[in-house]
Order: sequence, then structure tokens, then C-alpha cells
Amino acid sequence: MIADFDYQFLIEVLVGGLLSGVMYSLVAIGFVLIYKTSGVLNFAQGAMLLFAALTFVSLVERGIPFALALAVTFAFMVAMGVAIERTVLRPLTNKPPITLFMATLGLSYIIEGAAQLIWGTQVHGLDLGIEDVPLEIGGVLISQFDIFAAVVAAGMVLLLSLFFRYTRIGLSFRAVADDQFAALAVGLRLPLIWATVWAAAGLVALVAGLLWGARLGVQFSLSLVVLKALPVLVLGGFDSILGAIVGGLLIGASEKLAEVYIGDYFGGGIESWFAYVVALVFLLIRPSGLFGQKLVERI
Amino acid sequence: MPLPSYTLGVMEASAYAPEVFARGLPSGPRPEQSFEDVAKSAGAVAGDASALLSLQGISLSFGGVVALADIDLSVRQGEIRAIIGPNGAGKSSLINVISGVYRPDRGHVQLDGTSYAQVPTQRLAHLGVARTFQNLALFKGLSVLDNVASGLAYKVRSNFAGQVLGIGRSRGEQRDSRSRAEQILEFLHLTAIRDRLVGTLPYGLQKRVELARALVAEPRLLLLDEPMAGMTASEKSEMASFVRAARDRFATTVVLIEHDVGVVMGLSDRIAVLDYGRKIADATPDEVRNDQRVIDAYLGVASDNEDGAGI
Amino acid sequence: MTAITSDFVAAPVLPKWVVPVLLLAFAYGVVPLIGSSYVFEAILLPFLALSLAGVGLNILTGYAGQVSLGSAAFMAAGAFAAYNFNLRVEGLPLIGSIFLAGIVAAAIGIVFGLPSLRLKGFYLAVSTLAAQFFVQWALTKFSWFSNNSASGVIDAPRLSISGLALDGAVGRYLFALTIVTVLTFLAYRLVSSQTGRNFIAIRDNETAARIIGIPVLRTKLLAFAISSFIIGVAGVIWAFAYLRTVEPDGFDLDRSFQILFIIIIGGLASIRGAFFGAALILVFPLALSRLGGFLLGDLFDSGVLDMSQRIVLGALIILFLILEPDGLVALWDRVRRRLLFAWQST
Repeated sequence: MIADFDYQFLIEVLVGGLLSGVMYSLVAIGFVLIYKTSGVLNFAQGAMLLFAALTFVSLVERGIPFALALAVTFAFMVAMGVAIERTVLRPLTNKPPITLFMATLGLSYIIEGAAQLIWGTQVHGLDLGIEDVPLEIGGVLISQFDIFAAVVAAGMVLLLSLFFRYTRIGLSFRAVADDQFAALAVGLRLPLIWATVWAAAGLVALVAGLLWGARLGVQFSLSLVVLKALPVLVLGGFDSILGAIVGGLLIGASEKLAEVYIGDYFGGGIESWFAYVVALVFLLIRPSGLFGQKLVERI
Repeated sequence: MPLPSYTLGVMEASAYAPEVFARGLPSGPRPEQSFEDVAKSAGAVAGDASALLSLQGISLSFGGVVALADIDLSVRQGEIRAIIGPNGAGKSSLINVISGVYRPDRGHVQLDGTSYAQVPTQRLAHLGVARTFQNLALFKGLSVLDNVASGLAYKVRSNFAGQVLGIGRSRGEQRDSRSRAEQILEFLHLTAIRDRLVGTLPYGLQKRVELARALVAEPRLLLLDEPMAGMTASEKSEMASFVRAARDRFATTVVLIEHDVGVVMGLSDRIAVLDYGRKIADATPDEVRNDQRVIDAYLGVASDNEDGAGI
Repeated sequence: MTAITSDFVAAPVLPKWVVPVLLLAFAYGVVPLIGSSYVFEAILLPFLALSLAGVGLNILTGYAGQVSLGSAAFMAAGAFAAYNFNLRVEGLPLIGSIFLAGIVAAAIGIVFGLPSLRLKGFYLAVSTLAAQFFVQWALTKFSWFSNNSASGVIDAPRLSISGLALDGAVGRYLFALTIVTVLTFLAYRLVSSQTGRNFIAIRDNETAARIIGIPVLRTKLLAFAISSFIIGVAGVIWAFAYLRTVEPDGFDLDRSFQILFIIIIGGLASIRGAFFGAALILVFPLALSRLGGFLLGDLFDSGVLDMSQRIVLGALIILFLILEPDGLVALWDRVRRRLLFAWQST
């Protein structure tokens, strides 16, 4: 019975899982950017993603060319990021992190409500021009769209790392991420950096929103992809881009494998919680996460 | 007023202390329990000078940075033992090792005859050890009285159901911890602010509330991590006299970390000096004062610190 | 001058119990006589259930400092457990089912509280989502929980206590009111007991709490257990007295957030705050729909209403966090002091 284990199928499942994990990483990176610089777990990342996708799709549907719609949406997301930083987070400077988190929870309600108030609640299809025909690579079937998404995600990570490595503002970001006080001491302008980071998070939301929107359709439930990113963050650490990538791959792969191979024992539908359980079990064994360093408590 | 020099610090501490000390002394009949404790421990002090606490070869480093290197230290029953040193000398690390917050890389902590590789923090209160913290560690959502009473939480044996319904031993415990907390508040002149939220108090008073929380359990060993940091000169000498009064009243052994040398000189029985994680001297205040290595290694740095720390 | 002296105006010399007792007398003696069935069905019953859930979450989050995003899961656990006890245990009185349901919710709370022993802050908050999704999944997936009903929606049993039927609106109101009163009173006793002070100590400084000998791990799990018990019973009231059906759908993530919002708006670490917050959360959508209808007329359809509710709710949360982090309770106390002073000086 077990003799005929289908390794090819296993590899197919594994690759599919890894590729969908990239999609999780994509959302998680938006969180990491903001967490690293301002210590905020931005729950509104999902709402921003919904807002971006909805704005883009609505513009395209109104006959605006693809590239222009992309540019307008991007400008919109940057403006939103800066506005959030100004109006919500700055008055809450020096408040406990959990207060900031709750504020972003409120923010996600506002953005979700506004997105649908402006653009309506119907479901939009989003066609990025990629045919979702499976490719056969070495006897394994792989979704073309997934490959495209993975390439885009990799491109974005590359872009972000170049930005943070080679531009002045990017270097400032890294200084702030390492130590806010040190950054203040050398006279970096924190508000500018925070605004930039929120704009970058807006860009990530736009890209992730388009990819997820193309896959799921652009609708309210798009904002729920944050719930996919959270276990990735718990696993990889809230402050590590590498952690977000590796965590996403691990969660994506284990989720697919579990769904295919053990899901039936649970009656299916386990993907709503499985990622959380994976992250939790991992953390209970290794409390500092994948790449996190053990912090020495100062008292 | 900042302390102008190290010598004045000494004079102030010793000049002010007797007067404040007199205020802090027990002024009437005291609960029998305290009497017993004093009598017992006083006997122990007279009988033998064996160590209540001793450290053997303690080493600790953080990611390659040596915080403590091969430290030996012994603390006798009933003495006030100061550990001084410039910033970054490893003083706080030492207290964190003694109270089990850090596990040393090497060495043992011997407490009352039992040797530990890491002191069990959770059992610290039961072992008769209490401590204060360099940066205040009060419960800012609780009143002064409740903060102090929380120092007796380790003794509570009633469960939550008993406490909610007010049955069983919970009533007695509640009454007992309140009255003991009130005694300590009176002892440290905090009665007037007993119902204030600690978060609303000035810094110096918060420090004193923390001392009260540690003292309420009448610990055999009291660890004070820079109890006078950030205080004015008069607050410092007041605190010094409280520490001494506490030792005299509860027969508590005190380990005191401080980088204000002045206050320590007048207060402690023996002083250990740390520099860069090593112990460079360990003797009586007079001997330490004249130790050339201490003067070289510490005092030059200390006079810099005094300006900042004395305010 | 007045501003300064007003701080020193003595608090009203009423004993602490007077206001609650008057409120209760009003709730028991007057409300049943004057309330319309709309008031009971649409306002008072959900108000009581959500207030109680807020009290429960406040013990965990407000007092013990452990943020939970999974409250609705414990409401669901309570509701389904009570349903099944009632269904499957012959001769168990309703109150017994409810109590046991609370115990079941508490047990689940302890299981999902275990990560709190190793995790803090965001990591813990996220891990409580596991409870939310797992419980909702289990209740939908295993039809045993809903007695193999095809739709998954089941009628709650009729409320009765020792033969006295309470299935009218007023009866269900009195039933809910009584349970909420008793549990709130016990919760109040709890937070002013040594255990409650231990909760606050762990919230304010966990290291110091451990060092002075508070059993940190045990106390955290106790906070999860007690909080889940209360939230579980709130779930029973929600399903049995308010909706009169038991279904997993109503206990989703949005419900969890709603309960969290209740305690933020009402006031963290305040028993009264949960009632203030629940009242605002329930009343503002009604007010908004009236106002929107009045201003915009037909343009203000249900879709627009739904979206503007989300926006206003989100804005309220942020405004409270920025302007009044101690919630409506703090606002209320300040206003009351002002009024009292104004009244005394006339």
C-alpha cells in the first residue's frame, strides 16, 4: 500500500507550498519594514493591501492605462503611509507597543471601510496578463502564476535591499532599526525615515495586493491575508526580513503538505489554523524564533 | 546640590545619619515577631561570623564581553556589605547573579549553606532574600500600600476562590499582610502616602517604597541595587540611615551596590571594589580609602561620575 | 483658581455600594416595566452579554496584561458546551449546564494560555489567534457539537429556572441580568483581592513579580482560566438569551476585536469600563444609522451604513488611544467631578 509512494506528487506539493509561501513572505515583509523602524506591529497592512488592489482595479476598470493606474495607486499608497504616520503614530510616540498595535487595528477598520465606501463592495477580477497554465519542469507540474509571483517577490526583496544598502535614506533606516537613540544622536531625521518606511510598506502592500488580488479576486476578504502573514512573523521574528522569507517558505510548505497528507484525518479545512500551530510549536521549542537573538533582560 | 567632592560625601553621610537614624528607630512596643527575629539573629551574629552568602569563582560574559571575572565574595551575617565600582564594573551583573536573574558561566553562589549554579529566582523570597532594582521596578498600577503588601505575596496560601468569597484563611492573610505593610510604611515614614498610586510619586519616594516592599518580608538578606542613584544629598543620607535602621531592627544582612563612594564609606562594614569585572579590593572602608589600587582605578573615574550621580 | 481647587473637592460621601445598588434596583424594578421588547431584544440583551465578555477580557488584558485576540472563541466554546451539556446530560439544571460550560471554556483558556508562559507581547497576541481559528474550525467541522444539525445552526434551549419559564424578552433579560450581576460582583471581588493584585504586578513588572515570589506561571494561567470562564458564560448569554440560536459564525474574529474595542473604549483595568464600552459599541451604530438616514436620506443604504460604521469605529479606537487612553471611565469620572464641583459651589 505504502510501497507506491508518489515522490513526484510529493515534490509537486512541496514546490506548490514553497511558492505560495513566497506570497505569505510578501505580506510579512511589509510588517517587518515598519516593525524594524518603529516597533509597531502594523495590523493595517492587510487593509492597505486591500486598498491598493481595490484602487488599482477600479482605476483600470475606468479605462485608465495599466501603467498610469499603477503610478496613481502607488502615489496614493505613499500619501496614505505618510498620513498614517503623521496623524496616528506620531501622537502615540512613546506609548507601549501594544497600544500602537491596537491603534493599527483601528486603522485597519478605517481603511477597509474607506476602500469599500469609495470603490464599492463588489468582487473585481484582476488580470495581470499571466496565464495560469501549469508548466512542466522535470516532470513536475508548477503553476506559472506562482513562478511569476515568486520572481516578483524576489525582485522586490532585491530592490528593497539595494535601496537600504546604497541610498542615504536607506542607510539611515538601518541605523534607526539598530538603535533609535543612536540614530537620534547622530542627527538623523526620524520623521522623514518613518514616512519613507510607511511609503515603502505602501509599495509592498501594492505589489502583494496585486498578486493576491489576481489570485483570489479583489474583494473584502483580501485584507484577511494578514492572518496568513502573522504566523510567518511569529516564526521568523517580527524584525527580520530574512526571517519573513524563510518563515513564509516553511509555513507555505508545511501547510500544503499537511493539507494534502494529513488533512483528511482532520476532516479537511485545517489551513485556517495549521500555520499558527506550526509557529507555536516551533516557538515553544525555540523561544527566540528562527533568527532572533536571545535578548538579555536589563534590570 | 551636587556633591562637590568625594570627601564631602563621606562627611555628609556620617553627619546627617545619627539624627535621621534616631527618627527611624523603633519608638514604641513592637510586634513580638520582630523581637524574636532580632534576638535570634543577634545571637547568630555573636555566636559565629560564618558567611550567610558567599560567591565562589563567579564569571559571566555577554557575547564575548566579560562582565564578571572570577569573583569571590563573602558576606557575614548581619553586616552591611557594599560593592562599589565605576559604571560598567559589573556591579549590577553581580546582584543579578546573586538573585538568580543571570546564570553565571562559571562559579557557585552559596546561600545559607546551600550551593547553587543558578539561584532559583522563583524561590528567592522563600529563601529569605529580597532585592531592589537599579531602575525602579514598582507596580505602577498599585497603591503604595498594595505595592508593599505584594512583598508578602510569596506567603499567601489561600486560593483565589477563598479570596473572592472571603472565606478560609484568606481573611487572616489579608489582615496580616496589611498590618505588616502598614508597620513598614510607618518605619520608613511613608504612611502619609499609603493610598497614592506609586506612579504619581517623586523618584526618591518611589525608591523608598521599593525598599519597603523588600523589607516587608523581613528578609535575612537584602540586596540593594544602587538605592541612592539619582537622589539629592539629603535624600541619600536619609536613605543611608534607613538602610542602617533596617539592618538594626530586622537583623537583615545587607548587600549594597553603589557608585557614590561617599555614602557607602559611612554606611558599610566592608567594601568590595570592582573594576572591569574584577575584584580589586575587599576590606573595611578605611583600608579601601587608602588602597592605592582603588584610588588609581576607581577614584579618578568616580569624581567624574559624582557630578552626574549626585544630583 | 477653580481648576486647582477642584482637585481637592472631597469625593461624594456616598459609600461605594450605593450607586451599584441603585442601578440594580432600577434594572430590576423599573426597566422591566418601562422597556419595550425592542429595547430588550436589540439593546439590553446584547449589552449584557458583551459587557460580561468585556469584564472577562479585562481581567486577562486589562489587569493581567496578557493581550488576547481570541475572546470570541471562548464565547463559542461556552455556548456550545452549555448546549451540549443541556442536551446530553439528563436532569442537569440549566444553571449547572452554564457553570460547566464556563469550566469547559476555562479549560480551553488554560490550553491556549500555555504559550503565555514563554511568549510575550505581540507573539502572545498572535498566538491567541490560534484559539480563535481552531475553535471556530472545530465547531464547524465536527457536527457532533451541533447535534448533527444539517445547517450547523441550532435552536438554543428555552430558558427556565426550576420550572419558571423565562423565554419572554423580559424573562431572558432578568436571567441575563442576574448572571451578569453575580459574575461582575465576583470579578470585582477578585480584582481587589491578593490574586487581583498579583495580576497587576505581573502586568506592570514581571521580573520584579517573580523575584518577590509571586508564582508567575500559575498566576498567568489562572488569569486565562478565570477570564475564559467569564467570557464563556457571556457566550451562553449571547446564544441562549439574546440570539436564541447557537452557531459558530457569530463568534468570529470580528467579535473578538469588538470585545477588545469594548475594553479599550471603556477603560482597561476597570470593571465598570466594560459596561461603558459595551454601551457605546452598541449604541453608536444605531445612532449612526439614524443620523446617516437623516442627513443623506436614501443614499445611506445598508452597505454605506456598514462601511461608515467600520470607519467611525476605527476612528473612535484611535481617538480614545490618543486622547483618553484610560477610556470612557476616566472621562466620566472627570466630568462627574466637574459637575459636582459646579454644583457645590453654587
